[in-house]
Amino acid sequence: MPAKGVDRDLELRLDAIRQEHGDTVKVDKIGEVVRAMLDSMTGDISAGDLRLYRELESLSQYIHAAKEEIAALRPGEIKNEFIASATDELDAIVGATEAATNEIMDAAESLGSLSPLLDQEVANRLDEITTRIFEACTFQDITGQRITKVVKALKEIEDRVESLVKMFGAEYEDVTKTTEPKALTDQDLLNGPQLPGGGTNQADIDALLASFD
Amino acid sequence: MAVDKNMNVLIVDDYKTMLRIIRNLLKQLGFNNVDEATDGAMALQMLRVGTYGLVISDWNMEPMTGLQLLREVRADPKLKPVPFIMVTAESKSENVIAAKEAGVSNYIVKPFNAETLKTKMTSVLGDF
Repeated sequence: MPAKGVDRDLELRLDAIRQEHGDTVKVDKIGEVVRAMLDSMTGDISAGDLRLYRELESLSQYIHAAKEEIAALRPGEIKNEFIASATDELDAIVGATEAATNEIMDAAESLGSLSPLLDQEVANRLDEITTRIFEACTFQDITGQRITKVVKALKEIEDRVESLVKMFGAEYEDVTKTTEPKALTDQDLLNGPQLPGGGTNQADIDALLASFD
Repeated sequence: MAVDKNMNVLIVDDYKTMLRIIRNLLKQLGFNNVDEATDGAMALQMLRVGTYGLVISDWNMEPMTGLQLLREVRADPKLKPVPFIMVTAESKSENVIAAKEAGVSNYIVKPFNAETLKTKMTSVLGDF
């Protein structure tokens, strides 16, 4: 329904735009729509039309600049590489500390099983020590829960970045994809511990070294 | 009346490492009959078929949380008298209030030590 006070010409132009683009216009199409509307203006342009023109042009420039800034942030890379990688690393921390905690508890249980073989005083002392080990192992539960909270926060950021990419068009997701392989720099070689299955095991490293002989 | 250390204790936590820690701490305190459940629903099922003198439960579990388990226990005439200690990282006062309103017997915040566990168990069960 035309808005009250909109003149007949503008109403017709809006109808034409609505037919072409529907009721919802994607953000990256706004500039094009505004341009089409202004191009279709004919006849005398009033002071009000000029003001509207300037406002729309300024809005179009603002949106274009915002798109450029968002593209520079490389949202696709944030979503697909940084956040995905951070989540995997955090999961690996939980897995590794859990495995280590269980190893520590295995050892503590083995120590505890020696108690019946010892005199009472030493056995009591041993029980005190193994109890302290078990108490200390509760850290793993707490760190696991804290890391889960961080992973949830990252997931939230990922969802918002995805919404942003969708709003501005899929082409912004792929701006960082390059087909040309880049030469490795020294910085590229500083990756820290690899995720399980992501690195090379000692046997393969030995084989690789031997292949140079 | 002295506490029967041979009573069955049910410990509930979705984290197997924590179950193992609590089991070992209970063992150090002389409680060897310990069963484990990994969520509230599993615990409720075990409570309905077995006889337990104490429940020690985590809060944050799926699909049934420790708080939901507590409410189910307190709503069941047979299970209602079973002492229930919440052991959780949820340390906000509103959590403690919600647990108290649901009928928790005592509340332990993680991380905790054997002495705290013993103190809380004593306050619920009596001296041992």
